[in-house]
Amino acid sequence: MGSSMQLKRLICPPAPVVIDVEGLSKWYGPYQVLHGIDLRVVQGERIVLCGTSGSGKSTLIRCLNRLEPAQQGRIQVLGADVSASPTHCRAALREVGMVFQGFNLFPHLTVLQNCVLAPVAVRGMPRDSAQDQAMALLKKVGIDQHWKKYPSQLSGGQQQRVAIARALCMAPKIMLFDEPTSALDPEAVGEVLDVMVMLAESGMTLLCVTHEMGFARQVAGRVLFLDGGRIIEDQPPEAFFTAPQTPRAQAFLAQVLG
Amino acid sequence: MTAGERFAEWFGLELFQRYGAQLLDGLLLTLQLVALSSSVGMVLGVLLALGRTSRWRSLQYGCRAYVYFFRGSPLLAQLFLIYYGLGSFHGFWRDLGLWGWFGDPWFCALLAFTLNTAAYQAEIFRGGLLSVPRAHYEAATALGLNRTTTFFKVTMPQVLIVTVGPLGNELILIIKASAIVSLVTLLDLMGVAKLAFSRTFDFQVYVWVALVYLLVVECVRRGVNRLDRRLTQHLRPTDE
Repeated sequence: MGSSMQLKRLICPPAPVVIDVEGLSKWYGPYQVLHGIDLRVVQGERIVLCGTSGSGKSTLIRCLNRLEPAQQGRIQVLGADVSASPTHCRAALREVGMVFQGFNLFPHLTVLQNCVLAPVAVRGMPRDSAQDQAMALLKKVGIDQHWKKYPSQLSGGQQQRVAIARALCMAPKIMLFDEPTSALDPEAVGEVLDVMVMLAESGMTLLCVTHEMGFARQVAGRVLFLDGGRIIEDQPPEAFFTAPQTPRAQAFLAQVLG
Repeated sequence: MTAGERFAEWFGLELFQRYGAQLLDGLLLTLQLVALSSSVGMVLGVLLALGRTSRWRSLQYGCRAYVYFFRGSPLLAQLFLIYYGLGSFHGFWRDLGLWGWFGDPWFCALLAFTLNTAAYQAEIFRGGLLSVPRAHYEAATALGLNRTTTFFKVTMPQVLIVTVGPLGNELILIIKASAIVSLVTLLDLMGVAKLAFSRTFDFQVYVWVALVYLLVVECVRRGVNRLDRRLTQHLRPTDE
């Protein structure tokens, strides 16, 4: 496996950098959440961000698609400067999908309508092809039989799978996950993680904030450990889980892995 | 007197023979006034609510002052202020070519009711706007929806769901309040009733008119209930 990866790297040109963050800092009032974050992500990379609550991991990925304004530093996503004016990066940010902890489905729309809204309104896709595409993706996440239902009529795990399908309907190049399984009961966690693993295996560039260490071990190419608004570890999962270098990460792993 | 005549007198049937057509015209005028002022007031109310929830301070205060004034003073006073107050500047309106409007009691009544209901509806819509969770705006942004699409496809449907009940109440209040336009010479339902009473001194006309108002309000109540049920279908479990 390792040698074939090396061989691949020798033959193929390096994958393009899709996310480039330099010196990103952010404050909530007087409290500094991010301290000069530097991060480069190349296409197809699968990154898991972890850390204790308040370490800035969610804020970091929310800065990537402008849900939070960056106050200092530079963020480039797919070549567009996200820290500049919103009109400047709108086209690039269409290629970034996001899945939230609280699903955030639109409650007044059915499953299918949730999935069709953005492709029709943003990409100008004809309604029937948007519906066909949505049904195909709903099938992929195993929820196509519920297409007529409203979000409140689904379980948490089902809602989150719909949310993933909804994001995929925009055919994004990058997917951001902000603690996608934290609001789910233990049984539902598995069904959502299965979908995410499938997505990871399809070659999607993926950044995921999660406490699911099993998932990190299985799919991550890199694990970033944040503490106090800094990335203090950036390692492949084997190294991170077996030999964390900082005492903070050691303590965190001892806690999480129990 | 035959039994039939007694019955006719007791129920004021001859009143209907004499004033029936006029009462119907009055009802139509009432309904027109209510429908027009409520719908224009709704558009104004949404704009005022957006102003009140905007980030722009001066807009916020302007809209707040508007709502403060129109909610804080009697509708009758507002009607008189527009009809008699603004009407007294007839030279000015004539110069502007607007005397046709401000000299017309129908237009003044429409204006007063629209401005008044807009203030109340603005407060209803403001509550609705505040009830839409921030998370939905974030989801819309993450999907790349622009502000207009977000407003019409995500925000407004949810606002309407929570406001349909209060808006129905406001509509009912306006229907009943519309009776005061008879004080500025309009022959609405109440105006015709007053006219009929002044000629016949038969108080039954008020009973009948009250019943007509009741009937109209009942229709509105049913309509609103039906709409409410349709809008909230997503909150009920499926029968599948």
